Amino acid sequence: MWSRRQSHLRRVACGVEELRCRRREQEAALRKARREQQLVSKRLLRESIQQFLRLAQRGTDEKEREKALVSLRRGLQHLETQQTFIWMEGSMRILVGLLTCNRALLQLEAARCLHELSHSEQSAVAEACLPATSYLLIYLSGHSSDFIELCLYTLGNLIVESEAVRRHLLPQGIVPALASCIQSPHVAVLEAVGYTLSQLLQAKEAPEKIIPHILDSTLLQHMLQLMQPGPKLNPGVAVEFAWSLHYIICSQVNNALLITHGALSTLVLLLLDLAEVVQRTEDVGLELLACPVIRCLSNLLAEVATEDVGGQMELRDERIVAALFILLEFFLQKQPSLLPEGLWLLNNLTANSPTLCTSLLSLDLIEPLLQLLSLSNVVTVLVLTVLCNVAEKGPAYCQQLWPGPLLPCLLNTVALSDTDVVGQSLELLQLLFLYQPEAAQAFLQLSGLQALERHQEEVQLQDRVHAVQQTALHC
Amino acid sequence: MLLPTALRARVAGAPGAAEPLPVERNPEARAAPFRFVPRLVRFPREHEFFEDGDVQRHLYLQDVLTQVAEAPEKSRVPEFTCQVAGCCQVFAALEDYQHHYHMMHGNACSLCSRAFPSEHLLDTHILEWHDSLFQILAERQDMYQCLVEGCPEKFKTTQDRKDHMVRLHLYPADFRFDKPKTNRGPATPETVADLSTRTLADDGDAMEVCCEPTSLTPARVGERRTYNHRIPSTICFGQGALRGFKSTKKRNKHH
Repeated sequence: MWSRRQSHLRRVACGVEELRCRRREQEAALRKARREQQLVSKRLLRESIQQFLRLAQRGTDEKEREKALVSLRRGLQHLETQQTFIWMEGSMRILVGLLTCNRALLQLEAARCLHELSHSEQSAVAEACLPATSYLLIYLSGHSSDFIELCLYTLGNLIVESEAVRRHLLPQGIVPALASCIQSPHVAVLEAVGYTLSQLLQAKEAPEKIIPHILDSTLLQHMLQLMQPGPKLNPGVAVEFAWSLHYIICSQVNNALLITHGALSTLVLLLLDLAEVVQRTEDVGLELLACPVIRCLSNLLAEVATEDVGGQMELRDERIVAALFILLEFFLQKQPSLLPEGLWLLNNLTANSPTLCTSLLSLDLIEPLLQLLSLSNVVTVLVLTVLCNVAEKGPAYCQQLWPGPLLPCLLNTVALSDTDVVGQSLELLQLLFLYQPEAAQAFLQLSGLQALERHQEEVQLQDRVHAVQQTALHC
Repeated sequence: MLLPTALRARVAGAPGAAEPLPVERNPEARAAPFRFVPRLVRFPREHEFFEDGDVQRHLYLQDVLTQVAEAPEKSRVPEFTCQVAGCCQVFAALEDYQHHYHMMHGNACSLCSRAFPSEHLLDTHILEWHDSLFQILAERQDMYQCLVEGCPEKFKTTQDRKDHMVRLHLYPADFRFDKPKTNRGPATPETVADLSTRTLADDGDAMEVCCEPTSLTPARVGERRTYNHRIPSTICFGQGALRGFKSTKKRNKHH
């Protein structure tokens, strides 16, 4: 499903520290691999660079010229060569000349050299590539899909490293260029467009300087189209645009416009589709798509005013809740660190929706929800919050929460030490006793009062502890 | 997590939901010291809530970018020649040929065989160089359109257009795809400028493959051709250029 990328996806252990450690390991491994390559192609000295450039520019045999550029490219994988190159007078001018010459293969090799330079983490190197950017953009309107892909990734990399590059790319027309590329029939090109777009949208100045232009263009419609589930959906492509959409939405520039364009409905359909796919295949990497889709949906829901919720038909569809639980189970198996995000969406779905709160009950999802308790404090608080969303809607809802496994679970959470966990447990207990007084009796019988006692001195909790104790005794 | 068995079927089923249970709130529920109110939560960019997912995204991208950086394996084939009339370049790998074809013949002007990197630039070229009506109109109004897609500005001369692109669109001052039409008289400053920048780079003509028959005497070569004098030896000469010369409907400035 994911084409050649699949073999490189690795599952990462949960926990941020482990993730960071894994990332460090991976970066170290990448650097080591590159260093090993260096045994074959040594670091290029200034004279070598000059030699290669001269040969590439003026040589008579085209194959030799190409080879010179290939050698230069290998050299440019190394930081020292990159730095030597950019500080040499005329070097970039020559490279740009080759990029725009009338020999297709020299152009390609020159573009590959630029691509190497674009990998540098030094903004000075990225900035040195500025003379090439207008040409890279023009080539995006060409017909050679491999070349377009290369130019896109180069631009995407440069965008990450240098604000000066971004400042130039906008007036140079990157938005229309991307809007044109996004109509390409080539999957590899689309993935590259998505990558570049996502990097552009992540820039710190994006909310003020970039997103308004993106929203003004036709990019949004095409993005949403590429995220429509169906036989034509390509996950590698959808991932890039889902992340792009996430950066747009969480920047809160004009989310109403997104809703007008049908983003909510696309996201809901995609969520349903993901839930189906996740059951069918052992596909590695679906969480990479699930994560931004969940984020987009959740943040967009927060934009929809309470009164409008009823009007949004997609949000009265219990399949969303069913799909989300399937994904929560998937996260539990494959990527527990994403559980909080899934539960955040569940909160936003249920907060103001009697329909979806009822769905939780009618689809028997309370028990599975309770199974997530105590995985971590963050997850526990979120689960309890969702349960509070249900309970606060009144007696009809609480009657479905008790009798049942909820109360014993609450006795466990209330015995924990985390203030937020206990606090949220107290809120839920209070709602439960208010709307379902018999539950208080059961609570007493389960030695609930004793469980509460340990928190009586806790400043943030004592008022609520006391109130719950009183309610229980007088119900 | 043990999910109800009916759940998976439900996702695949029809849209809809059970009738919502009646909502009936007691104001005491929100009385102090209790503070729970159902709340829609939104997280802005850079919020630490997103950290874990962001790290995974970063790791995924690193894998992707490493793959992209590797130059792909070429599929070697027995040598063959480009079949486009006038081009006799030889190739031994399909990817090479594909790239050559797209870049050199994909957006080529059938009138003068110049190749352009995009359809947009080709269309502009045809309009500005091969359209007599354009020439007439250009004498009276601003006709030279800005080359950046989406920019509606038009200009009286190519120099004005170039100035606009450099100033507003931050294009490089030695931008190579805007060849000024110099058929109005002796070599203008901009032609000289173009020539001088080009000597720094390689083959004279950026992106303009021009198959010139060597039989052309210098007298017949108009200003338009002055910057073609360094023609690479590997280019073939053939019909392409002759077609351009044969076209009679326009004012041939080089006579």
